[in-house]
Amino acid sequence: MLTDLTDTTTGDIRAALAKTQGEMGGPATGVVLNLIIVTDESGQHDAVRAASQAGREHPCRVLAVIARDPRAASRLDAELRSGEGTPGQTVLLRLYGPMSEHADSVIMPLLVPDTPVVTWWHGVIPAVPAAQPLGELAQRRVTDAARAKAPAEALAALSAGYQPGDTDFSWTRATPWRSLLAATVDQEPYPITGGVVQAEEHNPTAELLTAWLGGRLNAPFVREISTGPGVTEVRLQTTGGDIVISRPDGRVATLTRPGQPDRHVALHRRDIAELLAEELRRLDPDEVYGEALAGVTGIPAIAG
Amino acid sequence: MKPNPLRDPRDRRIPRLAGPCVLVLFGVTGDLATKKLLPAIYDLANRGLLPAGFSLVGFARRDWADADFAHITHDAVKAYARTPFREDVWNQLSEGIRFVSGEFADDAAFDDLAQTVADLDTVRGTGGNYAFYLSVPPNAFPVVVRQLKRSGLSSPPPPSPATRGMQPWRRVVIEKPFGHDLASARELNAMLDAVFPASAVFRIDHYLGKETVQNLLAMRFANELFEPIWNRSFVDHVQITMAEDIGIGGRAGYYDGIGAARDVIQNHLLQLLALTAMEEPLSFAAESLRAEKEKALAAVQIPADLAVGTARGQYAAGWQGGLPVRGYLEEDGIAPDSSTETYAALRLTIDNRRWAGVPFYLRTGKRLPTRMTEIAVIFQRAPHLPFDATDTRELGQNALVIRVQPDEGITLRFGSKVPGSAMEVRDVNMDFAYGESFTESSPEAYERLLLDVLVGDPPLFPRQEEVELSWKILDPIEEYWATHDKPEQYPAGTQGPESADELIARDGRVWRRL
Repeated sequence: MLTDLTDTTTGDIRAALAKTQGEMGGPATGVVLNLIIVTDESGQHDAVRAASQAGREHPCRVLAVIARDPRAASRLDAELRSGEGTPGQTVLLRLYGPMSEHADSVIMPLLVPDTPVVTWWHGVIPAVPAAQPLGELAQRRVTDAARAKAPAEALAALSAGYQPGDTDFSWTRATPWRSLLAATVDQEPYPITGGVVQAEEHNPTAELLTAWLGGRLNAPFVREISTGPGVTEVRLQTTGGDIVISRPDGRVATLTRPGQPDRHVALHRRDIAELLAEELRRLDPDEVYGEALAGVTGIPAIAG
Repeated sequence: MKPNPLRDPRDRRIPRLAGPCVLVLFGVTGDLATKKLLPAIYDLANRGLLPAGFSLVGFARRDWADADFAHITHDAVKAYARTPFREDVWNQLSEGIRFVSGEFADDAAFDDLAQTVADLDTVRGTGGNYAFYLSVPPNAFPVVVRQLKRSGLSSPPPPSPATRGMQPWRRVVIEKPFGHDLASARELNAMLDAVFPASAVFRIDHYLGKETVQNLLAMRFANELFEPIWNRSFVDHVQITMAEDIGIGGRAGYYDGIGAARDVIQNHLLQLLALTAMEEPLSFAAESLRAEKEKALAAVQIPADLAVGTARGQYAAGWQGGLPVRGYLEEDGIAPDSSTETYAALRLTIDNRRWAGVPFYLRTGKRLPTRMTEIAVIFQRAPHLPFDATDTRELGQNALVIRVQPDEGITLRFGSKVPGSAMEVRDVNMDFAYGESFTESSPEAYERLLLDVLVGDPPLFPRQEEVELSWKILDPIEEYWATHDKPEQYPAGTQGPESADELIARDGRVWRRL
């Protein structure tokens, strides 16, 4: 169901939300979180679609904040969506003029009470997400350095401004690699003395992976550049020979260990909805990300 | 083994992952395999929880090649898997699928099996780690286990360069029934014990893999709200129900002579009772959890007079959900004079400080109006009601209901004022539904349990002591029933036999409506 409210107020939006809830069969919609998406007109479609897919796993009230012409007079337009095969509700909020500087005042009355808040910047990454009014509201702040024009700089900026509760999709993208690596090291009796992470240029996931491996294993890890896609290889050097996980096609990885047959495992790259769903699973600070991010600065990139 | 530096308890994005291994499935042609096990294996693979090189070997009497079994698995996955079908995931999984054809009594077939898994170690690097899943009738257990021993499959070799210095493991998974009385349960255990160490035996009770059942522990021990009232001072009684709307279907051969109590109460309902009644475990480690469950089961007392404290019934022809259905005695393969019960109800008490005087009513039956499993904790009435008697006429007892299936969740029932100018209090429900608040893709019970087997994590599997304690509760009741009248007939689609209603009515209580 779609409801359009032009030049409206948060009070009217609340009333409209209550009304659609009533028509959907009472207030028991079981929304587990509020998801604020900071986006623009060009990005809102993809972002909201990802949110509603992730919403199947985490029913949420999606509040998409779309900044419009800042020189216009202050005005609020809202578009309410509910039903459409996903639980929860979606509200697209278009903020015109000076109001766009005060998005938090629009958002606050629309949050479901007693329910956690996550803010996702789909697009421009603020220098210090936690210092943003919409970031202060949230216990979890999600960015995506890979979408920035200069991902390495973006990651460095996030590192400088890191506050517990921050997270970035480039870290989420590392999870399948990290679980495969952890499982590999589970089976490894020999100490790991160093290694290599190979990925395409401008890949913040590879930077985080390199920093994480180096920090956790307390061994030198080198970042090499390949043609991609994404991360293409991780090599662990041990006193018993090299272990290599390579994924040249972005889909299937081959695990090579000395003295053992090659093993294949599906390691596909995930879409934004899956990444978001993973992010929304945990709402407490991700300290391991914080540590990896702190280790990112100053990794030398060597052409592979 | 030194700890893995890449693992950190704070890092909960990284899942528990099994090491390289082979799952050998006996009984691949059964319903359980096609509807639950094979899809669960795919779902695990799709969630990235299976190790690289994971391999699946099917063993059955069929004259199949590897490709035929892969085809059957493919169809089962397409039809019943809960996660979307991905070609890449399927391709990796199907590369490791093998099939061994043969009879359980056939030595050559098991030698063939031993060769097949050894080849997988070489080709796919499964490291000599094998889990044997016995999805076969209990009378086939001894021969399969004997064959596993004879063919050397049950005992892992020492670490070698081929396993990169890791100690290989062997595990065996069995499904209920774990015997049909105490003596046979002990016999089964002795037979397993002679071949596998106790820590390598995983007894599957799929109820324990259900989210709601695990959530019972979270609800009781993570909250301040419930535990203070979880005792005789506040609880009036507890009803644990597993109702089925179906009849015995094609299970006549298994069911007749076993009956509802052995089929359901001995395992599922007594496990639910133990989790509901047990004290707080020291931790959620297997040892601590089992210790508390065993204490609760050991404190269970059966009724002094079994004639009034137990009830049993057999469904007669009737109408179930708008369709005419046959009675139990008219089912195919059932003797017309069978005295097997299809409904059983017990009134149990638990002799400890927490539960003294609080009855636990257990009931299970087939051909009841609906399919549902729940634990209902019914609280005492308020000691004083400062209302006119007519104001609270519609007020029942407060209840906390843990819905195990379907529609997993928790319902809290309490009194609330009816809107209007008069003071009138009526029961209302507060509902927490899993499907609403969490993922629609929460893992299936078998997914969780299979992963636990492959990882070697035992808390959700009952140990032999629990099985024996359950039989100690049930054996005297079965003996009493065997020497007394036949079960009472109840029309299909009704709430069960009258004697069950009388059992609870004697205490001034009623069953919750099904």
